Amino acid sequence: MSTQREIIVARDVHKWFGQLHVLRGINLTVQAGEVVVIFGASGSGKSTFIRTINRLEEHQRGEIFVDGIELTNDIRNIAAVRSEIGMVFQSFNLFPHLTALQNITLAPMRVRKWPRERAEEVANALLNRVGIPEQAHKFPAQLSGGQQQRVAIARALAMQPKIMLFDEPTSALDPEMISEVLDAMRELAESGMTMVCITHEMGFARAVANRMVFFDEGLVVEEGPPRQIFEAPAHERTRQFLSQILH
Amino acid sequence: MSVETLPPPRTTIGPIAWLRRNLFSGWVSSLMTSLVVGLLLVLAINIGQWALTEARWDVVSRNLRLFLVGQYPADQLWRIWLALALLSVLTGASAGLFGRTSRTLAFALSALQALLAALVLASSLGPVAAVLLAVNAAAVWIGFVLGVRRLVPRRLLVYAWIASLPLSFVLLSGIADTPMPSIGSNLWGGLLLTVLIAAVGIVLSFPMGVLLALGRRSTLPAVRILSTGYIELIRGVPLVTILFMADVMLPFFLPGDLRIDRVARAMGGVVLFSAAYLAENVRGGLQAIPSGQIEAAHALGLNTVQTNIHIVLPQALRAVIPANVGLFISLLKDTTLVTIVGLLELLGIGRAVLAQPASLGATMEVYVFVAVVFFVLCYAMSQASYRLERELGVGTR
Repeated sequence: MSTQREIIVARDVHKWFGQLHVLRGINLTVQAGEVVVIFGASGSGKSTFIRTINRLEEHQRGEIFVDGIELTNDIRNIAAVRSEIGMVFQSFNLFPHLTALQNITLAPMRVRKWPRERAEEVANALLNRVGIPEQAHKFPAQLSGGQQQRVAIARALAMQPKIMLFDEPTSALDPEMISEVLDAMRELAESGMTMVCITHEMGFARAVANRMVFFDEGLVVEEGPPRQIFEAPAHERTRQFLSQILH
Repeated sequence: MSVETLPPPRTTIGPIAWLRRNLFSGWVSSLMTSLVVGLLLVLAINIGQWALTEARWDVVSRNLRLFLVGQYPADQLWRIWLALALLSVLTGASAGLFGRTSRTLAFALSALQALLAALVLASSLGPVAAVLLAVNAAAVWIGFVLGVRRLVPRRLLVYAWIASLPLSFVLLSGIADTPMPSIGSNLWGGLLLTVLIAAVGIVLSFPMGVLLALGRRSTLPAVRILSTGYIELIRGVPLVTILFMADVMLPFFLPGDLRIDRVARAMGGVVLFSAAYLAENVRGGLQAIPSGQIEAAHALGLNTVQTNIHIVLPQALRAVIPANVGLFISLLKDTTLVTIVGLLELLGIGRAVLAQPASLGATMEVYVFVAVVFFVLCYAMSQASYRLERELGVGTR
């Protein structure tokens, strides 16, 4: 990375669901252009944490800055941050009443106020980029899981975000469709996009990630480059978890 | 070796196989089939005999104008014709421009008017009314051609529809000291009044119900409590009570010089009543929307209003079409309750007609006629709803 710029800064982030203390002081900084893979057991707070980055969940203590803007209850800050962050969900969350193309053009037209022609031009280019230009006028229910997830990636990219968040994008997919989604993500990483991915696709992590972060019980237990994490994990919990998922 | 495709055995397809499978599959089912067919035949013969030979349909044909428009003055009937023509042209134009469900509705309207024209020919209304009805049936097609040729801009048509209800209302009630004198709504009646109350009820209660449903799910406590309170209050009270309140109590609360028309008060009662039920239907649809949809919309930067308009409501309303059409059908039938506050809608006119000495003994004929008219209206609504569901793909995506 040529320019070292901190684009996401989380300091001592805490979050409770009722009595349950799910985030217990997360500290994490992401540089612009960096690809960070977060992994950890279910219930470790990784999903909750990345959802606090675009305020789908509210953090209750600590501070989060995205591209210099602090996330507070100020609705303008939330809108500003959300328009810079794209998010891809485990269950795709495509809008079932809209075609693939309409799914992609909706936000640029309504939020960015682009004219329809421009939005559709960008949408078609993005569908081309994720490899499904011929599916533009199909409804989500007519697409395979892998195709749906690629539409979801295109939809997030249409807002021209600076950061992309991926919340287990391949966990809901049939095995033969995982690689098509990972290929799209790899291509995105090579284009220089800042990415925070929760995934247990360790092949992808090893090849693409600049840094891996291990979450356990609401804390960052260990972080480092993939080589170090895979070959010489410092913590016993990391070692245990990796041995469980790498069989 | 090539794979051979054989035709299915003769006994498994075709009408004979269908009959055997469904109606005569064993001796019990054969017996039941014969019994039911026999009963239906006896019923059909009896009813047909009564309808064709014994029934005195002259009670209907003699009073057809009363049934259709009540005591609306004869020399002002052109205003109703004009309002009807407006409806015909707009429906036709929509059918041409939007197609799909509106096309079915337009064809139904045109066919109904043509049928009515034939009926009117045999009644006291005479040939002029028949011709005018036929003209209206044709007006639907004129509108259709205008729409298909794209001679009416889409936006203009939408505005015209929005304007049509108040416009028709003004047209019917008139303005004092003009060639179009005001006609008190106590003179409106029959099918005209039934359709007007139902149309106003449906058109106004829909947005109100949607807002109430959203309000009930609002994060703002004041909005939520008000919406919930309204819905529960209205649902806890019979429509008759609300109509009485609107008719008798409302004038007490208004300043003395402000008088609201009696029909308008009844319409208000119907709107307030059905909005509460509609809100609960819509709320059911809103609850069926997965939270992931809203999260995805927020993550894309859509605000709450945009999320509701573009993501939540289109899906929620689509899911509750059957429930809402059911509500609208019962609203149409509930308009008969306005007789209680002295308005003579279709059923009320029927009772008035029966009070005439000349109608003595024709009770059955009058009620059958009223029932058939209601059935046609309700059946058209439910058919339109099935088409709409199919088009919007309810249950398939």
